[in-house]
Amino acid sequence: MTSALGKDLLDLESLTPDQIRLVLDTAVPFKEISERAIKKVPALRGQTIVNLFFEASTRTRISFEFAEKRLSADTVSIASSGSSVQKGETLVDTARNLEAMRIDMVVIRHGASGAARFLADRIESNVINAGDGTHEHPTQGLLDLLTLRDHFGSLEGLRVCIVGDVLHSRVARSNIWGLKKMGAEVAVCGPKSLLPYSIADFGVTVFSRVEEAIEWAQALNILRLQLERMHAGYIPSLREYNRVFGVSRERLERATHDVLILHPGPMNRGVEIDSDVADGPHSVILNQVTNGVAVRMAVLYLLAGGRPELAEAAKGGGER
Amino acid sequence: MPQTPRDLLLRGGHVIDPASGRDEVTDVLLRDGRVEATGRGLGAPDGAEVLDCDGAFVAPGFIDVHCHLREPGREDVETIATGARAAAAGGFTAICAMPNTEPVTDNQAAVGFIIRQAMRAAAARVHPIGAISVGQKGESLAEFGEMVAAGAVAVSDDGRPVVSAHLMRTALEYAQTFGIPVIDHCEELTLAQGGSMNEGIVSARLGLKGIPSEAEEIMVIRDILLARRTGGHVHLAHMSTKGSVELIRWGKERGINVTAEVTPHHLTLTEQEVEGYRTAAKMNPPLRTAEDVEVLREALRDGTIDLVATDHAPHHYDAKDREFADAPFGIVGLETALALVVTELVDGGVIDFRTLVDRMSTRPARLFHLPGGTLAARTPADVTVFDPKVGWEVDPATFLSKGRNTPYSGRKLRGRARFTIVAGRLVHRADDAK
Amino acid sequence: MTTDNSTLLDSRAMDRTLRRMAEEIVELNDGTGDLIVVGIQRRGVQLADRIVRTIFEREHVAVPRGALDITLYRDDLQTVGPRPVVGPTDLPWNLDGKLVVIVDDVLYTGRTVRAALDELADFGRPSRVSLAVLVDRGGRELPIHADVVGKTITVDTRDRVDVLVEELDGRDAVVVVRVDHS
Repeated sequence: MTSALGKDLLDLESLTPDQIRLVLDTAVPFKEISERAIKKVPALRGQTIVNLFFEASTRTRISFEFAEKRLSADTVSIASSGSSVQKGETLVDTARNLEAMRIDMVVIRHGASGAARFLADRIESNVINAGDGTHEHPTQGLLDLLTLRDHFGSLEGLRVCIVGDVLHSRVARSNIWGLKKMGAEVAVCGPKSLLPYSIADFGVTVFSRVEEAIEWAQALNILRLQLERMHAGYIPSLREYNRVFGVSRERLERATHDVLILHPGPMNRGVEIDSDVADGPHSVILNQVTNGVAVRMAVLYLLAGGRPELAEAAKGGGER
Repeated sequence: MPQTPRDLLLRGGHVIDPASGRDEVTDVLLRDGRVEATGRGLGAPDGAEVLDCDGAFVAPGFIDVHCHLREPGREDVETIATGARAAAAGGFTAICAMPNTEPVTDNQAAVGFIIRQAMRAAAARVHPIGAISVGQKGESLAEFGEMVAAGAVAVSDDGRPVVSAHLMRTALEYAQTFGIPVIDHCEELTLAQGGSMNEGIVSARLGLKGIPSEAEEIMVIRDILLARRTGGHVHLAHMSTKGSVELIRWGKERGINVTAEVTPHHLTLTEQEVEGYRTAAKMNPPLRTAEDVEVLREALRDGTIDLVATDHAPHHYDAKDREFADAPFGIVGLETALALVVTELVDGGVIDFRTLVDRMSTRPARLFHLPGGTLAARTPADVTVFDPKVGWEVDPATFLSKGRNTPYSGRKLRGRARFTIVAGRLVHRADDAK
Repeated sequence: MTTDNSTLLDSRAMDRTLRRMAEEIVELNDGTGDLIVVGIQRRGVQLADRIVRTIFEREHVAVPRGALDITLYRDDLQTVGPRPVVGPTDLPWNLDGKLVVIVDDVLYTGRTVRAALDELADFGRPSRVSLAVLVDRGGRELPIHADVVGKTITVDTRDRVDVLVEELDGRDAVVVVRVDHS
């Protein structure tokens, strides 16, 4: 028997609602650890974790590193610069090397969709996807779910709209799967050029005007708009994007109800989100950051150990 | 040249030869590299080898008009010899080698090299296809005349499309002097750029950039319109979409000189194969939807699509063992094509064996003006004898091709070449054949 | 394999025992000044509540009651699977110089208490930590003893001692579950 999450966390699409609930429920007590004077528990003592970041991501990497350190794991972070990755080592060689070093867990961020799965298929270690290409970013999805659940109490029937570049967003995909599995209603809103061709097949509502999305939604998850999308010709300019799809205080005030604001960061203030919205009373963007550490601790805790050959020997390990 | 082969008597097989209308159990005698006679109860001449064809079909040799042999340049991946032997094992008596090698087959010397290598291999015939443009750069026309004189049978920039409509037009015009088809790889690059699979729900879920059907169809209609303008023969490689079929049908109805091919994989697999980021299912054009497969099958049946070609594209195993987006396109096909068509299309009730022979031998020979494609007397003795019922499991380790990249590994198929005969010489015999 | 339950303490006996334990805790700590009662998840927390309530009734002082989940400090965490559920820890006070009483339901191997001591150390440096348990069933695997004990019994290692509390189990009782392996 492996852990209730299985060997790896690669996506939310393949998780069951119970598994998602388990992670969220487990994250709750982990939040308290970060409030302690000594923010460290020995749960993963002796476990070796490699954070393999083939793509720059300070935020996600730091969040994972804190989560690992607060669980007392021994961690090494490898960023793409200065590693063999830059010398053209293939992912399969990287996988073999990790395997040879007897790493317990690998957290991987990679520019290619499917890279986490590629690694997981080839090594015994637990693999956590910290974002693969434009596929999924499951821990981000989970922390968004936790933030929404904290605020609304339940995700069942909650109306959440994901705004922006859904086409290139791994955050969007993880959110769509996670929210739908937990019974929320999901919509997307953005220029059609930045929505996947088959978006409706995901079972989401599509809004082409952000005003309609705001009126419909109880929460908006606003995606970062990458500058390179403009250069690639998906949108004419960031300025016009802000005019047409930017979430501004004015637009929010026109809605007949309050709308909770999430953003996975890093934000382009004045592009997809205006500063007074990001810093406004309905923003839970910093709660997302806090929850990020807790959710990652929960995932690490749930995936680590639970090795089947030892489970038998440890029966009845607790008191009684 | 190899010495004159022994006479071969093919005894007791079911002969299917659409070109001569023959469809009966009879014997065939091959002598001096040609079909000598066909008839029931033919006696074996002195010294003739008798091949037991009982229970098998005897067909004019299968011809694959589209494969990549990687030589010169990537002999570690495939050579003309290994490709020709793989072809023979798959029941092909002739294959056409695409020119996207390193260097490109864009001159008479390069064409001559392929022909010499093929003769040394002494397996399936290998007909070179020359490049449309020098270096396949899409700029200036290659020397069609000299390449044809050296043995080229068609021209193509396959591997990449002819981007310039002007160049395509002139190629279609200029090729008419030499009576050769101009083969286009239909892909509108600005739409397809960065794509690695069909654009649809699967690509959206996997987060892979998709290649829309229109990337193919835009070029299909462009080429058809240019064929109409010029009167040239355009042959459309590896068709993959329902829309392409509709456009080809439109063109043929108007008498435009357009022909088209479809690969066994586009007839049998869908985009679902990519699930789990299986690079073995990464090909260009990509695997499409079940509806596309359905329409392609019907188009092959009704002749809108003229023939089956493999697009055999071997790759080193390392090259496929990587992230999906970075893995190369293509799969090997020479040793699975016949069985896939038998299992999926004939046994699947789409076409009969006569149509199979027509689409894999008769039409390729006729459209590309190649020897073979018939068992009429005095024609070259290129013959494929195949068992329609023999079952086997695809095991890439047993391939004669150096390429092992197939999505069909482990698949149980029926239909196998018992004998492959090129110019009266037995170049392949199934292990258990007598 | 059959099981046979016998009640060690019924609801009334359990109540009496807890009241006596509350008294002993106050005595042991020379009153209620700087006292913090910390229950170990899960049933130790409910027992700690009862003790704090009794102290309030007798002394009219609301002693702070904390909760400690020791799951993440277990010494067998790398070997158990699937992962045990983590409960909430609630110790919002600085423990420096405090008199901390750990409350648990059953004292057996001592490993839970070892984990609890480790975890407490991460919350500060109490001037004294003592241990109160409802049942001490013997069988220690670590040099740990309880300062306040409700009931001491000797049972076979294969038997189980279950403490039931109204809040979680619907009734108060201490039950010995005898497992017959013959």
